[in-house]
Amino acid sequence: MAKDGLGLEIELTLALPGGGGSEASGSMEKKEKKRVFSEFSGEETNTAKKNKMVGWPPVCSYRRKNSFSEEEGTKMYVKVSMDGAPFLRKIDLSPLEGYSSLLMSLEKLFFCYIGEGESSEYVPIYEDKDGDWMLVGDVPWKMFSGSCKRLRIMKSLDAKGIGLHAKDLLEGISIEA
Amino acid sequence: MHSFQSMLNYFPEEVLEHVFDFLTSHRDRNAVSLVCKSWYAVERFSREKVFVGNCYAISPERLIARFPRFRSLTLKGKPHFADFNLVPNDWGGYVQPWIESIVRGGVNLEELRLKRMLVSDESLELLATFFPNFKSLVLVSCEGFTTDGLAAIASNCRFLRELDLQENEVEDRRGQWLSCFPDSCTSLVSLNFTCLKGEVNLASLERLVARCRNLRSLRVNNAVPLDALQRILAQAPQLVDLGTGSFVHDPDTESYNKLETSMQKCTSITSLSGFLDVSARCLPAVYPICGQLTSLNLSYAPGIYSDELVKLICYCNRLERLLVLDTIGDKGLGVVASSCKELQELRVFLSDVYGIGNTAVTEEGLVAISAGCPKLNSILYFCQQMTNEALIMVAKNCPNFIRFRLCTLNPTVPDAITMQPLDEGFGAIVKSCKDLKRLSISGLLTDQVFLYIGRYAKQLEMLSIAFAGDSDKGMLCVLNGCKKLKKLEIRDCPFGNVALLADMGKYETMRSLWMSSCEVTFGACKTLARKMPRLNVEIINENDQIEASFDDKQKVEKMYLYRTLVGPRKDAPGFVWTL
Repeated sequence: MAKDGLGLEIELTLALPGGGGSEASGSMEKKEKKRVFSEFSGEETNTAKKNKMVGWPPVCSYRRKNSFSEEEGTKMYVKVSMDGAPFLRKIDLSPLEGYSSLLMSLEKLFFCYIGEGESSEYVPIYEDKDGDWMLVGDVPWKMFSGSCKRLRIMKSLDAKGIGLHAKDLLEGISIEA
Repeated sequence: MHSFQSMLNYFPEEVLEHVFDFLTSHRDRNAVSLVCKSWYAVERFSREKVFVGNCYAISPERLIARFPRFRSLTLKGKPHFADFNLVPNDWGGYVQPWIESIVRGGVNLEELRLKRMLVSDESLELLATFFPNFKSLVLVSCEGFTTDGLAAIASNCRFLRELDLQENEVEDRRGQWLSCFPDSCTSLVSLNFTCLKGEVNLASLERLVARCRNLRSLRVNNAVPLDALQRILAQAPQLVDLGTGSFVHDPDTESYNKLETSMQKCTSITSLSGFLDVSARCLPAVYPICGQLTSLNLSYAPGIYSDELVKLICYCNRLERLLVLDTIGDKGLGVVASSCKELQELRVFLSDVYGIGNTAVTEEGLVAISAGCPKLNSILYFCQQMTNEALIMVAKNCPNFIRFRLCTLNPTVPDAITMQPLDEGFGAIVKSCKDLKRLSISGLLTDQVFLYIGRYAKQLEMLSIAFAGDSDKGMLCVLNGCKKLKKLEIRDCPFGNVALLADMGKYETMRSLWMSSCEVTFGACKTLARKMPRLNVEIINENDQIEASFDDKQKVEKMYLYRTLVGPRKDAPGFVWTL
């Protein structure tokens, strides 16, 4: 079940598959004996209220701190350009959890196949804080998402001619050539 | 008969001691010490490992007086609900006074295992300075120390075998603590620093691994990149337990190929964890060792989706223990069920911790696992929804549960199909699983579920309840029925004074009771504290300072009571009041 982290118009709800959510919380209203839930009655998918419930869900604080799901509100939008496309797009890096999800999101944005290694037509590169263009994938994800200023999906053929900072990429391409 | 008796009386102590050596469980040792005075005496001088489940139940002085020759100490501090931010950080659980007493007592401490305690650099320095034979330090969910304290341990403990840091909050002082292991240190068997955030000197780490030929377990942190991991594995193919660091690299490189080769040579690895930062493209490097794994922890691996997880797990036919995120989905659990027939323990954690979205696992995944894995005896399962039918089926398929912990995202969600409470489902679990020791229940639950628990869960030692029950009857059923209950933790339930005070003696047979956001009043807590001097009844009130003129009828927000032989603790902060 892939998460769509493109920052497009996606409606997030707490609804169960098949729409069981509203019924579930409807019965919550019946249980008014529970004094805590008298606060919650009538507001079933109110995510803000759920977040205020201390200690629920019972995930230990170490896991919470190391979980990659950010609280709502932090967004990291970067521009993405693709060689040959007439206009740029923007992508939100914050909900993405790693390179796999980044590649999937990019592929969805531009309806292309980026893939890995020599066989693919495109190569994703990014501009980092220092203004250098780097190959996507070398550094740990958090380091990447913290330093990425913009993305470019480059045609592999062009990569041969330009001096990229990734000698491995060129090695891979030259083996095939 | 009489002569036989006298024979026993003249049994040489050395023989008794030798027999007692075979008793490793502290419960067995506690039992034999109750037989008679001479057995008590022999046992106390020969006990080497001591377990203290609540650091405030006994004082270090009394412990040393009874067991003067102990060498290993396990201590636990904060109550379990502290994990979920229900207990303030400075509630207590300091190890410093223990270490000071042990130093004064001339104990030859070799091993210290702490859980949920506050540990300072000073404590670690004391350990490193005063215990020349110190061999093993295990810290779980602790905090208060920095990498400077670790540097002291590394520098001074000449015979250190084990340094195991699990899920601690450690401040990074950038002091290159790992480089403090001297070149003469070759004794390490186990090193785990996964939870540290900072950098370590990679060259020092590689040299350390190379010279510790007995190293069996190594778990590194996120700052150790994949190519360093490869160099380490090349030096240590004898590893049994590996925790990777950052597992990200371009798979089309020589580094990555070397990793695959080195990994293949590690034919002893049976336990794999880490993947703190991982690119799915790199996972195939571990395929060669999947078939030998008995334990796999991917629960800290972000962004690996179900199909990639499944590709890895389907090779793990010998797996006995699996920890994953709920991104595995019901379908993925189905694959686990058909691939991992030896599975005993499964934990499915929330990937979306703030509970904003949905989880991908439902009752279907749980049923599939129970059907496919008959040896399953321990489960922790976070899920979107549950049904009675599913729980009943699980109970039928797996009667061997020792630990059963279920958590629904919505704490009072009813049966997803019938909209009924989940009483019958959990009832089936406790009825079927006669050896159940630990239970966490969740979902819409009435007093009925507690009737079942009290009636059937005869071996239950720990019970966690949240947002459940209708009346005091529920809690009473549990207190009356669960004869072996040691720890009871309750939050947001309509249990009040009648239940609390019905059987006060019961609490002396238990380690502790936690009640928060329930119906218990201040007056009832005072009554309990007055009548039971061997209990500490603590009220935790973070919002205001404790007012002496608390109204008796006022409801108590958080109460934690525990049996103790040493009276109220002297280190309680201002917001904790021992009645």
